[in-house]
Amino acid sequence: MINLRINGIPVSVEEGMTVLEAAKFLGIPIPTLCHKEGLSPYGACRLCVVEIGERDKAELVSSCTYPVQEGLAVRTASTRVLRARRMILELLLASCPQSKTIQDLAAAHGIRRQRFKQEYEDCILCGLCVRMCSEQMQAGAIGFRSRGESRSIGTPFDVQSEVCRLCGACMYVCPACSLRCTYNEPEKAICGACANLQLPCAERNGHDDMMCYMDPCVACEISKS
Amino acid sequence: MQRLESVASLESLREPLVAQRRAERPTIVIPAGTCGRASGAERLIDAAKDALGAGRQNVRLRVTGCHGFCQMEPSVLVEPSRTFYPNVAPEDMRRIVAAAERGETLDDLLFQDPDTGRAVRCQDDLPFYAKQVRTLLSWNEQVDPTDIETYIGVGGYGGLAKVLRRGDPSWILEKIKSSGLRGRGGAGFPTGIKWELLAAQPNGRGKFVVCNADEGDPGAYMDRSLLEGNPHAVIEGMLIGACATAATEGIVYVRNEYPLAIEHLGIALKQAREAGLLGEEILGTEFSFNIVMVRGAGAFVCGEETALIRSIEGMPPEPRQRPPFPIQKGINGKPTGINNVETWANVPVIVEKGVRAFANVGTKKSPGTKIFSLVGKIKRTGLVEVPMGMTIAELIHDIGGGAVNGGTVKAVQTGGPSGGCIPAGFFHLPIDYDSLSEAGSIMGSGGLIVMDDRTCMVDVAKYFMRFLKDESCGKCFTCRKGTQRMYELLDDISAGRGDLEKLDLLRELALTVQDASMCGLGQTAANPVLSTLHYFHEEYVEHIENKRCPAGCCKPLITFSINENCKGCGACARACPEQAVSGRKGERHTIDPAKCIKCGACRNACKFDAVDVT
Amino acid sequence: MTPEALASTKLEEHADPEGFVARLLAERDGAPGTLLSVLHDIQDKYGFLPETALRTMSSRFGHRLIDLYAIATFYRSFSLKPRGKHVVAVCIGTACHVRGATAVVEEFERRLGVKAGETTPDGEIALETVNCLGACALGPIVKANGRYFSNVDAAKVEGILSGIRVEHPPTRERVAAAQAT
Repeated sequence: MINLRINGIPVSVEEGMTVLEAAKFLGIPIPTLCHKEGLSPYGACRLCVVEIGERDKAELVSSCTYPVQEGLAVRTASTRVLRARRMILELLLASCPQSKTIQDLAAAHGIRRQRFKQEYEDCILCGLCVRMCSEQMQAGAIGFRSRGESRSIGTPFDVQSEVCRLCGACMYVCPACSLRCTYNEPEKAICGACANLQLPCAERNGHDDMMCYMDPCVACEISKS
Repeated sequence: MQRLESVASLESLREPLVAQRRAERPTIVIPAGTCGRASGAERLIDAAKDALGAGRQNVRLRVTGCHGFCQMEPSVLVEPSRTFYPNVAPEDMRRIVAAAERGETLDDLLFQDPDTGRAVRCQDDLPFYAKQVRTLLSWNEQVDPTDIETYIGVGGYGGLAKVLRRGDPSWILEKIKSSGLRGRGGAGFPTGIKWELLAAQPNGRGKFVVCNADEGDPGAYMDRSLLEGNPHAVIEGMLIGACATAATEGIVYVRNEYPLAIEHLGIALKQAREAGLLGEEILGTEFSFNIVMVRGAGAFVCGEETALIRSIEGMPPEPRQRPPFPIQKGINGKPTGINNVETWANVPVIVEKGVRAFANVGTKKSPGTKIFSLVGKIKRTGLVEVPMGMTIAELIHDIGGGAVNGGTVKAVQTGGPSGGCIPAGFFHLPIDYDSLSEAGSIMGSGGLIVMDDRTCMVDVAKYFMRFLKDESCGKCFTCRKGTQRMYELLDDISAGRGDLEKLDLLRELALTVQDASMCGLGQTAANPVLSTLHYFHEEYVEHIENKRCPAGCCKPLITFSINENCKGCGACARACPEQAVSGRKGERHTIDPAKCIKCGACRNACKFDAVDVT
Repeated sequence: MTPEALASTKLEEHADPEGFVARLLAERDGAPGTLLSVLHDIQDKYGFLPETALRTMSSRFGHRLIDLYAIATFYRSFSLKPRGKHVVAVCIGTACHVRGATAVVEEFERRLGVKAGETTPDGEIALETVNCLGACALGPIVKANGRYFSNVDAAKVEGILSGIRVEHPPTRERVAAAQAT
């Protein structure tokens, strides 16, 4: 058993657990975005950062990937942590304002504005869809390509994947939008499953004021035909 | 090259080679690293071979790697007199060879010191070289990197022989630890301790030692010249490291943008294998070790340890969190020790010449020498090797000769995209790991970019953010989006679209990127922004409040014009790619602002300081 | 025929693409860095990474296509599209930058009508920027077809371009083929 302290509270957990899991065990809330139980932790969204160490050796690490260590002192809501979380949420709102998950997180932290140039992206590159497809569905139809600001998620060569089984799991886990497909040409779609799923945007008749950031989108194209 | 079956046979091979060198026959040494070739060294080599072919058996030719004074290339060094001829034309080669044979000097071809107006004959007396301590770079003058025998002839692989004769890994570890050698890649971690940790890892499953030759910092090319000029030093260093730590495999990860280094390393590895210095039962002992070269493919992030490991493993090089550390779990889960090229090259020196020879120079906490690339707006530019602890001022003024074109040195940028700018007011600081990080920068791999009053610090920060947002692996949200948004804000400021709130936002964002990113790239990405904001705040404010770029750099805020110094020579008009300059001969010219693309070609062409940038 | 089509027939010319890839993999014998070095070999031979080569590596040799695609797109040295016949690389390292490399890049872009990272429509010249060529004392540096030019400014760009064009004049057939698309 490994003994550590979270916010001053001693906790004893099994070796191999992460700090996030230990905090959950104690009931201490830590916000996450790219984490999902059952999938390997990735550490991409940085929302789950906590402060460890003392004085000038103190640093922020993502709790979802950091293994528990004997004698570790963790602070889940120090000034540094809160400052980082708030800026991260501002950046998220600046990129992906229409995601309900992100809106809820921002509201929970009292963030009401963002000061950057507004973008309307439908992907925050959290990688949940990639890991879902690879680890749960054992398919590997979608993945990351390129790097830095050009990084994106899609199929190899941007054509329909031969190994995609149309399960829709990628759409199911996506926190940014509930639509994983980013193509507007049906023949280039990752799969055609959106035609079968009940998505809010597919029922636009009752939602006149809803903002659709993909115009046209495959769901619309397919339902037209 | 015959296979050497024992340490004794290495020594018997060495003896006549050393004697040959001692005979001190006149030798024409031509530095032909990448810079040298870019300046035309190959034509010089051909001319030398021509001249020597005409029956001059007494004079020899040695083609080597970089000597460091790149702007003087193609140059010639004559041994043993150490006469230095800069910017040599192929037509002069016959004369040089003839003079070398007679032991004479050609005064008209010598280096003319612009400060004293006098000629300087001996390379070691040149102001550029005088204060250097060339522990490593001197080998670049002695060794032909494509011929292992030249390395052996100057004592090469003597350290390995010593180590194999003793057969005691703890002896090597003690030596490296007591030398105080610190990692030359930038972090400055004590090498002896790293090796000790690696040695302590369990054996039997395989263990790696890696040479990180990715050298991603733009403006730094020390590792390139070491690998091109003396690859055997790195090979020997890794062999000694493997003996000390029980490593079973070695990898050199070379940057793809260094084709000559790749070629020379390949030749060196082949020759070392043929000689039995790499492979099974090295020099007849039980020690077996091989080194494999892996080419990088153009990604700055691969300089980071965990990304480097993933790159070698054939995965997309996204860094991963530590713990576990590479020493415990590295390539394919095996213990892995990674060191920089310059670190490895220092190892044979310490083992063969002794701890004192290495640690006599430098400071107590940062012993030894460091190679720097002194580049940018400096008069004498190139590679220099100096003792740790030399002040920035000494380096810039005594060795570098101060600013170019009569400007004033404003700042020096160290540590590449992970580092910061140190303003001129702090040039009294010594160059060592701790002083530079206290000043808000880092030592980094050794790039020293000198900036003058025509360098805009806002533009410098923007430049580094443009670099980082492209090189970031993109996994961490704070690094990917943070570098992108910092670039956006800096672009706004440099184009006159900034306000003071944006400046505060920039600082806040920079601190978050520094705090919350996972790997070294993200954690240091904010340094260029934070250090320029700290030391050059007025320049930022000038861009914001007065929409003015004091350095005359940011295009949307500047105008080119011609002042009364103009003699009407027309050089600017001829240089202008847009025909934006007009005027009659002998009369003051004018620039048409509608056509002007602000490329600066006119200013470069003008000899009378008649082009203003406001 | 598009430059892409022209280049893909080159791979078909190779009688046995599977054998070629198999030989490359065997040469390295599973040593560390095998995947990277095989990709380098393919890139060196064809000037880019043909889609068929990656699909062969996946279907025949068990690498996930999604992983190969991730690696091929991550690194700047690899290209999934054929590059121009002549490669002009402008160094934009820090030392070259403070000496005015940006103006050089912009002048090349103006004259060629393409942005850095692109190839001219006739397939002749590929313009690239490199993050550091390691010849910092001589900056700004331009490397054109393996030849280095030092201390370049906007005024020297035309000379470099005409030098390339003279040494390797585009053949009438190539230009006609490219224009026939």
